Amino acid sequence: MTDGNILSLITFLPLVGALAILVTRGDEATVARNARYVALWTTSITFIVSLYIWWKFDPTTSDFQFVQQSAWLGGAINYHMGVDGISMLFVILTTFLMPACILASWTSIEKRVKEYMIAFLVLETLMIGVFCALDLVLFYIFFEGGLIPMFLIIGVWGGARRIYASFKFFLYTFAGSVLMLLAIMAMYWEAGTTSIPVLLDHDFPVNMQTWLWLAFFASFAVKMPMWPVHTWLPDAHVEAPTAGSVILAGILLKMGGYGFLRFSLPMFPVASADLAWLVFGLSVIAIVYASLVALVQEDMKKLIAYSSVAHMGFVTMGIFAANTQGVQGGIFQMLSHGWISGALFLCVGVVYDRMHTREIAAYGGLVNRMPLYAVAFLILTMANVGLPGTSGFIGEFLTIVGTFQVSTWVAAIAATGVILASGYALLLYRRIVFGALEKDTLKSILDLNRREMITLGPLVAATIFFGVYPAPIMEVTAVSVDNLISNYNAAIEAHRVAGDTGFIGEVASLFAGN
Amino acid sequence: MEEAASSVPAILPALPEIVLAVGAMALLMFGVFREGCTARETSIGALILFVLVAALLIVEPNERVLAFGGSFVVDGFTKFMKLLTLLAAAAAIVMSLSFIRREGFDRFEFPILIGLATLGMFMMISANGLIALYMGLELQSFALYVIAAFHRDNTRATEAGLKYFILGALASGMLLYGSSLIYGFTGSVEFPAIAAVIAADGASIGAIFGIVFVLAGLAFKISAVPFHMWTPDVYEGAPTPVTAFFAGAPKVAAMALLLRVLFGAFPAMEDQWQQIVIFISIASMVLGAFAAIGQTNIKRLLAYSSISHMGFALVGVAAGSPEGLRGVLIYLVIYVVMNAGVFCCVLAMNRKEGYVENIADLAGLSRHQPMVAFLLAMLMFSLAGVPPLAGFFGKFYVFMAAIEAGLYPLAVIGVLASVVGAYYYLRIVKIMYFDDPAEPFEQPMPGEIAAVLGVSSVFTMLFFVYPAPLIMGAQAAATALFP
Repeated sequence: MTDGNILSLITFLPLVGALAILVTRGDEATVARNARYVALWTTSITFIVSLYIWWKFDPTTSDFQFVQQSAWLGGAINYHMGVDGISMLFVILTTFLMPACILASWTSIEKRVKEYMIAFLVLETLMIGVFCALDLVLFYIFFEGGLIPMFLIIGVWGGARRIYASFKFFLYTFAGSVLMLLAIMAMYWEAGTTSIPVLLDHDFPVNMQTWLWLAFFASFAVKMPMWPVHTWLPDAHVEAPTAGSVILAGILLKMGGYGFLRFSLPMFPVASADLAWLVFGLSVIAIVYASLVALVQEDMKKLIAYSSVAHMGFVTMGIFAANTQGVQGGIFQMLSHGWISGALFLCVGVVYDRMHTREIAAYGGLVNRMPLYAVAFLILTMANVGLPGTSGFIGEFLTIVGTFQVSTWVAAIAATGVILASGYALLLYRRIVFGALEKDTLKSILDLNRREMITLGPLVAATIFFGVYPAPIMEVTAVSVDNLISNYNAAIEAHRVAGDTGFIGEVASLFAGN
Repeated sequence: MEEAASSVPAILPALPEIVLAVGAMALLMFGVFREGCTARETSIGALILFVLVAALLIVEPNERVLAFGGSFVVDGFTKFMKLLTLLAAAAAIVMSLSFIRREGFDRFEFPILIGLATLGMFMMISANGLIALYMGLELQSFALYVIAAFHRDNTRATEAGLKYFILGALASGMLLYGSSLIYGFTGSVEFPAIAAVIAADGASIGAIFGIVFVLAGLAFKISAVPFHMWTPDVYEGAPTPVTAFFAGAPKVAAMALLLRVLFGAFPAMEDQWQQIVIFISIASMVLGAFAAIGQTNIKRLLAYSSISHMGFALVGVAAGSPEGLRGVLIYLVIYVVMNAGVFCCVLAMNRKEGYVENIADLAGLSRHQPMVAFLLAMLMFSLAGVPPLAGFFGKFYVFMAAIEAGLYPLAVIGVLASVVGAYYYLRIVKIMYFDDPAEPFEQPMPGEIAAVLGVSSVFTMLFFVYPAPLIMGAQAAATALFP
């Protein structure tokens, strides 16, 4: 094993596991058991192998590391993999959450276990690929390919309205992405390559930047999701099986933010600056509106889904603040939201497995029978609120600090979202966990078992650990983020000196008042 | 020297065609004189013949050679298209084997007619003049009319055959009318001569009228909107292996002809024909996508799907560049292979009471035949153009060319149509995977159909691993057409 192909190894290791499951034969129970174990082992080994890149990662450079390149589609479109400080931790996040997903599905998935595990392993390959790809076409293939397994996961193993939800998920995301595909092609003809490192240094004409930015925005805004194209998310979350929700909230949403950081900001800096007002506007609407909507939800998963929309609003806001704090905070918020929301969905899954309902009203007083669960859920709720000492705080704080430098108003409105978040999150916690245990159906409910503790434990630990000591993450991202910001500022400076703002830039300056 | 060349034409370039023609005749004699000859015997004969022709095609040099006084052309482009046609025709014969036996129209003429249709397609692909074009087209069409109505005791099939014949004759008439106009206004029937005249004198109004009529006739053959009306009816009415054949080889040949006419005879009129191609491309993509949504019969659905796929292929034509041409060729190869796989699955939809064609009959296929359901689902995702499956790369290259040519509205409408199209492909996946099981189909699939399905889906799923050979091949073929 050399450093040259370690990323390909991590990316395609889950696929090997999927193939192994595919060829297992025997009666249904044996196949299901084998599939679960193979999936668990594969995801665990992938996680351990992926830690190697964190260990070997050189945080003092903003260059891409572990780079591998070989000819693929001919022309300038190659198989090109590599990570930098921005993408590396998303790879780890993916491999970290996957074993938890497999464990969460251990008993709750009873039918077609073999296909389920295969779908998850294929999905893992595609998700890791998204964060490792250094070629736009390769990126797009991983990015879009993930729709197939996710569509099947929601549609086959989902709840009552799974068909509606799966179609909505697929078509929304697909519609957004095809426009990005056209933009990728336009970039190819403009720059003569789809290699991301080369494109990062390419200076696109200002008018073209605006169109390309909008096309990429169509895709990432849907994926993120930003208001008003967020409506697929609550449906998909509610209908997806628990592990599907974990993946959706934990990783798939992060692809949008990652896309903004990898493409929109560094490749189209002028357009990003011109259109930042749009992102700010949609972000604060998302934060306030989604938080208000979350307040009135009766379904636990829907509530957490809307809270995800609000939290992603902080991310987009931080990223387009385009300063060190904002971008660092955005990345941190994405990572921390990855495990917090994942763990929250797991918590919902725990009680759903027992009671088969997600109605908040069906619960109450769980602390009497489930003390361990109450502790874990409490920590995660606090993290969701953004309490200092949990990882949720760091991200929100930094994004607001970053935004404050750009626009006081946006930061102020976003800060109210934090208050609203404590409203819905604490309300949820009170209605489910506190109070007297009155409902007869809950009288015999059992606390977390060993499997559930193993599933939730690492996520809760990460929440507290990185809340108290965020340095390991910050160190990795710092140099890459600084490089991104300085290139961004230099590019804007160059264009401003040249005096071209573009049409939308002029319109935007009227609104932004600068 | 010149005299000798005209009295004894150099027949070597046409050797594959001659072998195919003689072989088809020999098979016909074999069928007539042998008592109780079955379709299986002639099918195997036809397949051997195809392999022989394919070998001859492969060893043929790639240089451009003209024969028969310049009306017959052989180059890298024709070689590529002929091999693809041959592949599609061979797949259709293989897929028909079990169906013919079961449905009781075991007549030895069937594979021979496919062979003759293929011969017509070869002539179309190699046509380098209006007369040769019409000859090839009619040879192909007559064989196809007969094949469409081949199940003569079945009213649906005869109706399909008759519809196809009447509308096809109309289209041929338009094409012929357009040809006569072009001849009248340019004074030649040879494509290079026409091109030279137009390049020198500019596009006369008569030639523009001519090209409109010719394009209308050819649009009928590739079933592009607004000349698509026959497609759903014929697809639905014709026996399934015939539909499978119609969806593959004839489209390839007609597209080859279209390309040859546009780039061989009218390169100087690109501005004029580009508008027409853009219009029929958009109309085909959009109508194909929307009209398929309401279909309940899988063959009708596939008919609309093929209409919209031809629209996508035309995006590459509209680009009018070597990249666009390369895109069209890649698209056609991928389309033909995917289609063969899908029709294998349709052919596997039989119960004790016979073949069924409703989409709802696929319900819960993933429980009874998980492998078939999985492969069909992958083919559906591929038809929808979801990466990393082969269908995505087809779309990728044509839209790439459209973007390069600056046809942004066309590209945007096209990709949005593909999103609409994704809906009905997903619906089939949904029926197979999400719905409660219906009555199972007869198992196992006939071996030869399983084999075609296997090859098709392996190609579809693993194309992305090693795409270079096809892309390079298409590139070479595309440059051959561009002088």
